Amino acid sequence: MTAFFQSLGMNYEWAWFIATVCGILLIALPLMLAVAMIIYVDRKVWAAINLRRGPNVVGPLGLLQSFADGLKVFLQETIIPSAANKGIFILAPIVTFTVALGAWAVIPFDAGVVLADINVGLLYILAISSLSVYGVVMAGWASNSKYPFFSAMRASAQMISYEVSIGFILVCVVLYAGSFNLTEIVMSQKGHGLGIVNGYVFNILLFPMWVMFFISSLAETQRVPFDLTEAESELVAGYQTEYSSMSFALFWLGEYANILLMCSLNTILFFGGWLPPIDWAPLYYVPGIIWFLLKTFFFFFMFSWVMATVPRYRYDQLMRLGWKIFLPISLLFVVLISGWLMFTRYA
Amino acid sequence: MVDLSQYLPILMFLGVAVALSALFVFLPMGVSRLTGTHNPDAEKNSEYECGFPAFEDPRSQFDVRFYLVAILFIIFDLEAAFLFPWAVSLDLTGWPGWITMMVFLGELVVGFAYAWKKGALEWE
Repeated sequence: MTAFFQSLGMNYEWAWFIATVCGILLIALPLMLAVAMIIYVDRKVWAAINLRRGPNVVGPLGLLQSFADGLKVFLQETIIPSAANKGIFILAPIVTFTVALGAWAVIPFDAGVVLADINVGLLYILAISSLSVYGVVMAGWASNSKYPFFSAMRASAQMISYEVSIGFILVCVVLYAGSFNLTEIVMSQKGHGLGIVNGYVFNILLFPMWVMFFISSLAETQRVPFDLTEAESELVAGYQTEYSSMSFALFWLGEYANILLMCSLNTILFFGGWLPPIDWAPLYYVPGIIWFLLKTFFFFFMFSWVMATVPRYRYDQLMRLGWKIFLPISLLFVVLISGWLMFTRYA
Repeated sequence: MVDLSQYLPILMFLGVAVALSALFVFLPMGVSRLTGTHNPDAEKNSEYECGFPAFEDPRSQFDVRFYLVAILFIIFDLEAAFLFPWAVSLDLTGWPGWITMMVFLGELVVGFAYAWKKGALEWE
């Protein structure tokens, strides 16, 4: 794109700058549109599994429901509780949404279609997703109210618990790929399963890692069955209780942007990203981004499916699953996979 | 020398994200003042507690186990930070590197077993 702007008669610096800004907007704006639509899809899938109709009034098939909700929320009054720490209270949704968007800077949508192809992309995502705890803690603390505070405590403990096992699972993938670069991780999955199938999930050592990664991503994004932070029966609306208007909606948007990020990470790390599922030449005529979006959407469907069918965990069960089951197993698999690679690849 | 030029788009992306979210937060505040929906009063601005005045300071005591989880997290996250560079350089370090890391992991497993036995992971 830089070359195109240069051909319009700009010097290199300006052309690069404008091309980068265009790239950023090309990621951020469709992402926000996708979040709006994915909220609608979530409600529709959930309704269909419950044999309900779901949103069907605003626009054809209810397609514009999210936009109507957005407009309503946009026109509402922003209530700032008098007991709240106002600065942090306003900052919290900004932090949440910024972090949720920021991680998308390194996601490769197709071969070479990535804003910043840095060589430590996976580490960057890990670092950014760790930061999302701050938005929650700031919201819970600044609200100066009981339910948000309890919810923030629960949320932070839950997110950091599952981050530990996610870290070890990522180490397993990195061991196989030999790189942190997300593009290289995807390319190393080409023909990984018997030279026929693309994706680490078809590796018998990495399949259990994918199962754990999927469950951990549910926990990391506070989705059902791990949505204890928003358990209506105990905590009203969790850390968002005191929020209103667009500040409330930003938490909502950030949450769904994070869910989409986790779906795309499932795709990139275990299902071969933009590669077609089978390493067969005619399938490569389909553009890579189509495969990427299809796989991401499939994972989102699984998120909705889980939401509609699985009852909520208790907090002690959640912590036991994270610390006593996922952590030892993922640690064991780091040892197993590195040992296996030492014997087969590096011996 | 590390090439940092690839990180500039990320910085710009974060700048755009901050600008967008700040716009989302502050614009409705202005709009609600223009349309007249901005109408705060003492009851509306009090903190939510099921409809009656708050009993006590919300920032009072909470369970010490949240601290324990945070401390354990720091230990294991640091461990993961050591594992990452090892994972990409396995071909360079070979067997000595692998055995060293296994010794390190073994020590951490001892600590983990101790925390488990002491009940640091129990939430009854």
